[in-house]
Amino acid sequence: MNAPVTDTMPIQSSDDIVRVRQEVRRRAAAAGLGIVDQTKFVTAASEIARNTLDYGGGGIVRLEAVQDGARKGLRLIFEDHGPGIASIDLALTDGYTTGGGLGLGLSGSRRLCNEFAIESKPGEGTRVTIARWK
Amino acid sequence: MAQADIGQTIAKRRAEILKDWGHQLRDGGALSSGRLKEAELDTQVREFLDLFVQAVSTNEADTARKALRQNVAEVSRARAIQGFTPTETATFIFSLKQPLFDALTQEFGKDSAALIQGLLAVTEILDGLGLHSMETFQKSREEVIIRQQKEIAELSTPVVKLWDGILALPLIGTLDSERTQVVMENLLQSIVEHGADYAIIDITGVPTVDTLVAQHLLKTVAAARLMGADCIISGIRPQIAQTMVHLGVELNVVSKANLADALGAALRATGRTVATIKSASGGSALSKA
Amino acid sequence: MERIPILKMGRALLITIQVDMHDQMAIALEEDLTTRIAQTGAKGVLIDISSLEIVDSFIGRMLDNIAAVSRVLDAETVVVGMRPAVAITLVELGLTLQGVKTALNVERGFELISRRLAEIETVVVEIGAEDERSGD
Ligand SMILES: Nc1ncnc2c1ncn2[C@@H]1O[C@H](COP(=O)(O)OP(=O)(O)O)[C@@H](O)[C@H]1O
Ligand SMILES: [Mg+2]
Repeated sequence: MNAPVTDTMPIQSSDDIVRVRQEVRRRAAAAGLGIVDQTKFVTAASEIARNTLDYGGGGIVRLEAVQDGARKGLRLIFEDHGPGIASIDLALTDGYTTGGGLGLGLSGSRRLCNEFAIESKPGEGTRVTIARWK
Repeated sequence: MAQADIGQTIAKRRAEILKDWGHQLRDGGALSSGRLKEAELDTQVREFLDLFVQAVSTNEADTARKALRQNVAEVSRARAIQGFTPTETATFIFSLKQPLFDALTQEFGKDSAALIQGLLAVTEILDGLGLHSMETFQKSREEVIIRQQKEIAELSTPVVKLWDGILALPLIGTLDSERTQVVMENLLQSIVEHGADYAIIDITGVPTVDTLVAQHLLKTVAAARLMGADCIISGIRPQIAQTMVHLGVELNVVSKANLADALGAALRATGRTVATIKSASGGSALSKA
Repeated sequence: MERIPILKMGRALLITIQVDMHDQMAIALEEDLTTRIAQTGAKGVLIDISSLEIVDSFIGRMLDNIAAVSRVLDAETVVVGMRPAVAITLVELGLTLQGVKTALNVERGFELISRRLAEIETVVVEIGAEDERSGD
């Protein structure tokens, strides 16, 4: 029906990650997500934003409203032009990390969202889409 | 005939249209249930018609149309929440057709080409709004149902305080994953509110537990530990125990045969003992009761 | 850069995390804390996260690291005040914080550490008593 409201935020520093978290929290609350759902989604956003910064060399996130019947929520699309992910299956394994992390960012975020998708081409970049609704 | 002409006609015959429409609505029983007050209906009717005129006559039809759709959505949502039926809700819009037809007929009666054009235009707009009304109604009903389901889940599983710092959650009936989630969130919140060290989840009254529910239970135990509280699961039936073992979850979940044992364990763990009062004749006070 | 203050409470250190930390702050906290434990000989570290609205794997790892380093320096770490929504999320994320103790609030956390201190001291006293007896 109505065109989804879209906005873009940069992810170039760890301050940007803090700002993304705050904006995601604000919008998730406005969409009517409960406190637990908000927390899950903000946490997932924080994980993916950090990957965009640390592994993707920085990028952007697009925020759009989800409106589908009684479903109301938020979708985030993270994009970078970094090295890309050679094996998405591997990257999605609990504990797999190439950067000395806990290796839970991608696999854990997938469990925290209603929608989760990774597109990546080595040498071109990575796009991660996550969404959560009530 | 241009839309602006329709707008002019309606504006000119506003009072008469409002009266007719009001009659149509009352005859259709809009007020009979008592859910809607007369004054409320009058306001809704007037607001709608004025927005309708703007939507067909201004140059900024887009903004005006949006406002009109918004108005329809609000009225429909309110009716959904007040418990109107879909038909009653749609009638609000469709009952305007006849009054508008009458007005246009009186205005353009002789110019039949213009009249038909006018009727078609009005029909198209009202039908569109009618659909929009139904959509909003449906959506709002769904929201109401979701909220009620949640409330029922919360009501049907109260967290009770057994002792200072010891809570119990007696679960009764079949657990689906949705209900388990609500109940578990409630329990964790209660732990904070009561400053409880121990929470006993009693599943004596639960006939079966599927994999998903068992996982929720175990996740709750893990979450409680992160908050600084311990959980004891009591009353696990043999069958459920099997499900849990199949899940590979002998975990560090403390489990007890029944609620009494669990309470005893929690009391001991918090440095208390339960003693029999010797002076009571013929054994303990409890066994006499 | 903004740093997170570390307070001394008896033989424990108290850290109250009140802001949405960016990464450098977390790293600085780890360093500061290690220094302070060594300086003060603290036996316990209380990290109050009741103001935190989320804990992601980055902060989770910081908490794990702090606990591990403290342990090496003979101090026990207790994370206190984690909110229910945060706890539920961490479990789903797959983070269990195995190495850290937890408590509902600062008071309970302090009790936990005091109990440990009492144990350590009891051991000292018992050894002392042993010495006296053998001296008799
Ligand atoms: N945007 C990205 N660009 C390139 N590689 C990425 C990106 N996001 C994730 N990865 C890869 O996937 C791995 C797993 O990521 P994650 O699950 O977040 O764990 P961690 O961040 O702890 O390493 C990373 O170590 C990295 O190799
Ligand atoms: Mg990561």
